[in-house]
Amino acid sequence: MNNSVSHSARLLWAGLRALLVLTVVTGVIYPLAVTGIAQSVFPGNANGSEIESDGKVVGSSLIGQSYNLPLKKGQETPEPDLKWFQGRPANGLGTNSVNTRYELILSGATNRAADDKDLIDWVTAAKAAVVKDNSTPGHRVSPADVPADAVTSSGSGLDPDISPRYAEIQVHRVAEKNGLSVARVRKLVDEHTEGRTLGFLGEPRVNVLELNIALKDLVTGG
Amino acid sequence: MGPVLAGILQMLALVAALALAYIPLGGYMARVYSSGRHWRVERWIYRGIGADPDTEMRWPAYLRAVLAFSAAGVLFLYLLQRLQGVLPLSLGFKSIDPDQAFNTAASFVTNTNWQSYYGEQAMGHVVQTAGLAVQNFVSAAVGIAVAVALVRGFARSRTGELGNFWSDLVRGTVRILVPGAAVAAIVLVACGAIQNFSGIHEVGQFLGDSQQWNGGAVASQEAIKELGTNGGGYFNANSAHPFENPTPFTNLFEIFLLLVVPVALTRTFGIMVGSVRQGYAILATMATVWAAFVALMMWTEFAHHGPALQLAGGAMEGKELRFGVGSSSLFAVSTTLTSTGAVDSFHSSFTGLGGGITLLGMMLGEIAPGGTGSGLYGMLVMAVIAVFVAGLMVGRTPEYLGRKIGTREIKFAACYILITPALVLVLTAAAMALPTPGDSMTNSGAHGFSEILYAYTSASNNNGSAFAGLNADTQWFNSTLGVAMLLGRFLPMVFVLALAGSLAEQRPVPATSGTLRTEKPLFTGLLVGAILIITGLTYFPALALGPLAEGLAS
Repeated sequence: MNNSVSHSARLLWAGLRALLVLTVVTGVIYPLAVTGIAQSVFPGNANGSEIESDGKVVGSSLIGQSYNLPLKKGQETPEPDLKWFQGRPANGLGTNSVNTRYELILSGATNRAADDKDLIDWVTAAKAAVVKDNSTPGHRVSPADVPADAVTSSGSGLDPDISPRYAEIQVHRVAEKNGLSVARVRKLVDEHTEGRTLGFLGEPRVNVLELNIALKDLVTGG
Repeated sequence: MGPVLAGILQMLALVAALALAYIPLGGYMARVYSSGRHWRVERWIYRGIGADPDTEMRWPAYLRAVLAFSAAGVLFLYLLQRLQGVLPLSLGFKSIDPDQAFNTAASFVTNTNWQSYYGEQAMGHVVQTAGLAVQNFVSAAVGIAVAVALVRGFARSRTGELGNFWSDLVRGTVRILVPGAAVAAIVLVACGAIQNFSGIHEVGQFLGDSQQWNGGAVASQEAIKELGTNGGGYFNANSAHPFENPTPFTNLFEIFLLLVVPVALTRTFGIMVGSVRQGYAILATMATVWAAFVALMMWTEFAHHGPALQLAGGAMEGKELRFGVGSSSLFAVSTTLTSTGAVDSFHSSFTGLGGGITLLGMMLGEIAPGGTGSGLYGMLVMAVIAVFVAGLMVGRTPEYLGRKIGTREIKFAACYILITPALVLVLTAAAMALPTPGDSMTNSGAHGFSEILYAYTSASNNNGSAFAGLNADTQWFNSTLGVAMLLGRFLPMVFVLALAGSLAEQRPVPATSGTLRTEKPLFTGLLVGAILIITGLTYFPALALGPLAEGLAS
């Protein structure tokens, strides 16, 4: 009995030593080596693909952000700033519940099922809002034109892209709010539309932040 | 080009890439586990462990080493999380509570990578990089080691010796996983994944103001998370997060990574048992199931049944635009059929039937192609069952690869396939019967039941993905899911190694005209049938209450 206990202890000790040695290899050397290469060869990517406008960092080209008006008194949810192209809904985002001295953005999805009542309400409301916000005196958006990405939340809540169809719907509104011609804004969208990689990977998309930076340059006469 | 055609082309591109890697990687891994030479760095590691890598182990010794190493892993990872509050480089994050620390330690050591925590607000650099990512490597290496031990059981005779666990563990890590992950991590960074130690920092926003971000060693962890079929994300959104999976290309690349080792191991198996055609038969079984699941998933997701999805005009809830429906379906099927559990889209918001397909994929026992190593040994156990069933039909003593499948062998195989269903169904029933666990559901009705069924299926099969509406950070779920993960990982290993030991002691029986030809398509058909029937009989009632009820209602 004593013998088997000491045998087990010896084996556990060997296991622990193996773990510590392999921790040095895979938990220290490996990540530091990868970081070293990444930081020297692809520093921009490795640090989050930050993007500048007027010499200031205004976010990451990979991370979606919101383009809202400041909260008014008594308001709980801000209204979208219709001057700018809008991204997808982000109902899945959260804020920290632990380590609350930070105000981190917590990525995530709504995880609502296709027959969930709240999700049905959110999609209905989002669709109505897209139609209302994007209809201008000379141009009415039909509910049938609203694509799925305009009314659903993404997996991360940080989707940086919208579909070319959703961008097209917003063209008339953005043109009107910024005093630009529809053709000029449409051309801007076309310039920022990326097709499928190699023609078949993923889906065609428009990066909202890059589009808005270009729009800002256009409006301020850059 | 329409999205459906693009989805099909992506599937074909993936198959082509895997086909290209199959022979070189499979052959390389066979050499890794057969070579008599040690690398110099490996000798240093053996000296650190204090183990002789050339001592042959019989199955009980091999099992004891697996369990000792894994127990040390659970202990170390638990302590690391409990001490996070006082460790340096922890971004000021607090220590993790005992129940969650146990759950997470069990989760990463068992290659499950179920996460009841939010990565970006809970885990600092030390726990992520020196704790969680380390287990991503070594738990995968343990899985491959056990699979290789079983293959040696088929390949050797009259010995009972299965190799040396320490040598298999170290070689799998040093020669396969570390180089593979390093290359993959650089590819991911080249496409935009982050790799830094910036911690929490402010990033300016377009309309002024700023946001707080948490940066870390993401690409290096992402690479091994897929290559080792682990699946635990650096961020809560897992591979849907643009910093983990920035482009449509990285999405396909990550699916490739999570499939490549389990797929190529069938080649390793074929080489080691002396007939690559036996490996092809196993591969064909895996590929048949995988392709059928992908086709079903794309069909139901593109059809987007379900009121909210119909209203939206597409199944884009919980999916990233850059991947779209096609690539997300491919990821969902591959991650649930491989025990990876990483997600690039959220399964809870799939169509009712789509969610059911992800569930069923895990219920098959993670064998098509399954986890690194665990997929191969799971599939070989199913092959033993299929041979046995065929033997009963014609009244012959069943044989597989020149070994008699006798009473002892079939008992081990039968015990193996009973463990996970027992864990899943008993624990799901308990959670539903007790008053409080149900409070964790986000959705109600059939989908709420599916959330709980999914959690226990995912944990017991060591997958780790979730119908993430379930709030699993409660004492009940942290504890029971932790136990399910440990039992679902190590009890099957006991029977696999016992089976391997029993096979290795036998003397080979010569093949005769009456021997079932297990390298032929007929056997592949039989094996697919056995898998589907066993899974169907076990889980149909539970599936009928959850995803089938939901899918048929819409």
